[in-house]
Amino acid sequence: MRVMAQMAMVMNLDKCIGCHTCSVTCKQAWTNRTGVEYVWFNNVETRPGQGYPRTYEDQERWRGGWALNKRGRLKLKGGGRLRKLLTIFSNPKMPGIQDYYEPWTYDYDNLTSAPLQEHTPVAPPRSLISGEPTKITWSANWDDNLGGAPDHGDKDPLLKGISDKVKFEFEQTFMFYLPRICEHCLNPSCAASCPSGAIYKRSEDGIVLVDQDRCRGWRMCVSGCPYKKVYFNHRTGKAEKCTFCFPRIEVGIPTVCAETCVGRLRYIGLVLYDADKVLEAASTPDEHDLYDAQRAVFLDPDDPAVVREAEKAGIPRDWIEAAQRSPIHSLINTFKVALPLHPEYRTMPMVWYIPPLSPVVDIVRDTGHDAEDHGNLFAAIDALRIPAEYLAQLFTAGDVEPVDAVLRRLAAMRCYMRDINLGREPREAVAAEVGMTGEQIYDMYRLLALAKYDERYVIPPAHAEQAHGLEELATECSLDYEGGPGMGGSGPFGENSGGNSPIAVENFHMLRDRQTTDTVAAPMDKQNRVNLLNWDGKGRPAGMFPPKRRPDEGGDPAGEVDPEP
Amino acid sequence: MTTSLAAQPVPSSPGTLDIMLWVVVPYVAIAVFVVGHVWRYRYDKFGWTTRSSQLYENRLLRLGSPLFHFGILVVVIGHIGGLLVLKSWTEAVGISDDAYHVVAVALGVLAGVCTLVGAAILVYRRRTVGPVFSATTRNDKVMYVLLVGTIVLGLGTTVLGNLTEHPHDYRETVSPWFRSIFSLQPAPELMAAAPIGFRLHALAAWALFAFWPFSRLVHVFSLPLGYLTRPYIVYRSRDAQLGNRAPRRGWERTQ
Repeated sequence: MRVMAQMAMVMNLDKCIGCHTCSVTCKQAWTNRTGVEYVWFNNVETRPGQGYPRTYEDQERWRGGWALNKRGRLKLKGGGRLRKLLTIFSNPKMPGIQDYYEPWTYDYDNLTSAPLQEHTPVAPPRSLISGEPTKITWSANWDDNLGGAPDHGDKDPLLKGISDKVKFEFEQTFMFYLPRICEHCLNPSCAASCPSGAIYKRSEDGIVLVDQDRCRGWRMCVSGCPYKKVYFNHRTGKAEKCTFCFPRIEVGIPTVCAETCVGRLRYIGLVLYDADKVLEAASTPDEHDLYDAQRAVFLDPDDPAVVREAEKAGIPRDWIEAAQRSPIHSLINTFKVALPLHPEYRTMPMVWYIPPLSPVVDIVRDTGHDAEDHGNLFAAIDALRIPAEYLAQLFTAGDVEPVDAVLRRLAAMRCYMRDINLGREPREAVAAEVGMTGEQIYDMYRLLALAKYDERYVIPPAHAEQAHGLEELATECSLDYEGGPGMGGSGPFGENSGGNSPIAVENFHMLRDRQTTDTVAAPMDKQNRVNLLNWDGKGRPAGMFPPKRRPDEGGDPAGEVDPEP
Repeated sequence: MTTSLAAQPVPSSPGTLDIMLWVVVPYVAIAVFVVGHVWRYRYDKFGWTTRSSQLYENRLLRLGSPLFHFGILVVVIGHIGGLLVLKSWTEAVGISDDAYHVVAVALGVLAGVCTLVGAAILVYRRRTVGPVFSATTRNDKVMYVLLVGTIVLGLGTTVLGNLTEHPHDYRETVSPWFRSIFSLQPAPELMAAAPIGFRLHALAAWALFAFWPFSRLVHVFSLPLGYLTRPYIVYRSRDAQLGNRAPRRGWERTQ
């Protein structure tokens, strides 16, 4: 047994209202830079739908993840090492920008500079890729709320596996939201596809990261990831992906997406797993057994043998305690209501989902029946095959049985808790029907409905002995780093070249500037500066560019005058 | 300075220009190449990338890029064979001059044409596809001129030289001169005796080598052959040095 700790997430889809707050805050935190305009480390998809990038789940086309070869051994679906090297000059399976969407901005200048005309001028869209006028035809959530579904809803790759096709006519359909981040898999195929070895799994907390200094831009990770959650920064030429907000996790606070989630549907915690069993579990012959195989890889943190092995493996005591309190472990292995996303990709994903009961509840309620009665709900789960089959395509490689079991547990919880809320005697029989006790049902209800911040996010900080080395803790001289003290600034290869200065150094310079200037927020050259908000785009106001060099200063008066930074 | 196309008997003493071109230029280029790479690697690891533009456009790239890259790999192998393998060695294993020549020219022209066609497709793509063009830096343009110029000069010398009655045997002049640079006993008079095509090709190549460490061409040295042998999943401990800061003496992590 080789015990390792993994930081994992569970999302309760019943609570997701599709507000995209997680996406927006994530983008503000991580991808609001040039080169990653089209990148959403966190995105929210409406299902059924094509997803982002479009039809990424069609692995016959994109060849992401792992597959078993004829001898039953695990191989990269996109081809082995030699094939990767031979296609390195042009990756045949890499999605183009049109498969994501062409990012755009608006030409707001036109609003103020357009000549007098009959119609109100508009701000026409401009492509952020080419800078040219563009026509907006798609985005990361273009089919939000089934928008346009009658036209292209059938392009959802998951619908191919469903015998009875989903109808997209209003009032006959169902939908739910699926927020997605990087899965931080136990068996990451992006890392396995990286020729440079730049993508690695952190041995302390299992977070999968791209070493930006080692990435050489071979792009094999983009096609290797079946979830298409590694992105290519087209300006820096490096791969970027969700970092599980590791700087926040290291100090014990949740990821930005979880922190800002309006529905409070995300849970973060540790899972202990047996690293020696991962390969075997990922090689399970029958796709339908992958869900159980992955659950079997997880270790019971309350088992003394596991605790002993974990301590031997150097996992700190407080991490083991956090694993024992982990909401993730409860939802996955105690209550068994969380399911992995696409286990058939064999990457052993570590962001799990509680499938939504709401499509079923909505339909029962709309038919005028009691939508909180377990008998009605159980019957509906059995009768409404399409939602269950669709969820099974997402979470259990098409096996409806585990999805049914989860939905029945959720239905039983509704029914059991209603009796309590109405002051009636709770019925143990309802709990027993789904193989639980009333107490377990109540615990599950607490975790799903009431859990406060510290119960939803059980995140042990990076360990105390190591804390002095953490980036932002000022227990050492903040200028004491390689090549320092120094400022950021421009190197000969552009803005980001050269070593990075720690954020603390940037803060230091900013604070020093602020403290040593004469007036409030006044840089030394303030009087020379131009407020662009007041500039109408015409002419060249004095001070917009530095003064031209006078001839006696050695400049060339006839030469071209470049604006200097 | 001799300018005749045929190989001349070795002149007694090389002129100043010859020493500049065939001794100083190579050593300066090699120094810049080596020191430049060390400096770039230490200073700009983040900028060390292929800067792929596949995300923007794939139709032309799918054709041009493999054509160019595989072509130039063969060209490189050919140059190693031509420059570093001594004539006496191939003669010793019984390869006749004619046989060597035929193979070298056939392979060289084939690979050179592939490379050039690939480069032409890529340059055309770079110019005509809007996003690719706007992602092209001045540095890239200089690199393209030097690289394509060197390839054209090399391929032209090979093709045109072999159209004449007596193709020049570069293994008597260029190759020994090239080796003499690395044995630190430079023999510029050998190169001075080579035809103008070879001399221009060599000069363009030195310029390219001197520019190399400062261009995107550094990605050549990242050819990921280690991928063939390493384990699929890389586990890495959280960096001992978190951020950019080395732990202070006595404060290193104990486990």
